[in-house]
Amino acid sequence: MIKSLDPRITRAEINLENTIEPLRDLDQWETYEVFHQKKRGDQHMHVGIVHAPNAEMAFIFGKEQFGRRGLSVNIWVVKTRDVYVSDYEDSDIYETVPEKNYREAGGYKVMDKINKFKKGL
Amino acid sequence: MNQNTTDAIKELLYKMADDLLIIGHRNSEWTGLGPILEEDISFSSMAQDKIGQAQALYVLLNELGEQEPDTVAFMRNANQFHNSQLVELPNGEYDFSLVRHFLFDHADQLRFEALANSSYEPLAKVARKVKGELKYHVFHGNTWFVKLGSANEESHNRMQAAFNEAWNYALGMFEPSKNEDLLIGEGIFEGEETLQEKWLANITPYIIKAGISIPSSETWKPVYGGRVGNHTIHLSPLVEEMSEVFRYDPTAEW
Repeated sequence: MIKSLDPRITRAEINLENTIEPLRDLDQWETYEVFHQKKRGDQHMHVGIVHAPNAEMAFIFGKEQFGRRGLSVNIWVVKTRDVYVSDYEDSDIYETVPEKNYREAGGYKVMDKINKFKKGL
Repeated sequence: MNQNTTDAIKELLYKMADDLLIIGHRNSEWTGLGPILEEDISFSSMAQDKIGQAQALYVLLNELGEQEPDTVAFMRNANQFHNSQLVELPNGEYDFSLVRHFLFDHADQLRFEALANSSYEPLAKVARKVKGELKYHVFHGNTWFVKLGSANEESHNRMQAAFNEAWNYALGMFEPSKNEDLLIGEGIFEGEETLQEKWLANITPYIIKAGISIPSSETWKPVYGGRVGNHTIHLSPLVEEMSEVFRYDPTAEW
């Protein structure tokens, strides 16, 4: 038995000779993605992941892991396996040919008009 | 406020604060040892909430002339505590801790809910402040209790056994005080009997949902005594451990 200065460890009566086997599939709960909202009307932001056997439990865990500092007004939990995830190998699909200033805000020459309008005020 | 009323309020505050301090400490014993990481954090966080609620009540006692909160919490002996025996029992396995959490927190929530309209305004104020914390604690307790009560044979049997073990101690939470009439009469608190009725009505739907049976009422034997300082052998070691560091140097600045 482990004897520790921390009485909680001693109370747990942990046997040193116990060999620990790795968990098998389904020995663990599945994961839920947790999103929180800072104030009503804001977008929900992803804040982390919890293990849980169902959505209700995922909520009670998510609330305490990520919402206990008083920064949230609302939480969503979503099963990780229900989230469609794009492949990092396909990261190139986010690249774009840079010579297209006609579709960037910088392509619009409006500052002159804005300054003129401001002066007019 | 006359002396009798002050004494009655103090008695009420002491039993509530001591319940919260002791169950907060007991529940904190799970820190680092909880069944899974997420639950470990949740249970520990709630334990801290309870210590905070206890502190708020010790502050009220201090305002009524009692000693500093730290002194009251850490310098008394076990027989000077007014907590119910339910909260001092050892944690046992997680099933017992969860059942106790479920039974205690329902009572605690209803007690504070009633006190939110208390004629003793300082306490009403605290009661309104802790409303959100208690709501979460009860939701947490309900979720685990129903889930494990009805998950599989092993979990059900464990929850039923823990429930049977806790039941008479839980009834002991409602030990009547000598000040019941005064507290009710002055609109300070609705009284233990009313509280117990409400508690029973509130927990019953979850107990049914969990498939747990309540012992038949002829067999009920509420374990009283905690409110007047009679405790099990388990409280003294808890108080010693809890106050060990404080007593080492009571004047230390933290």
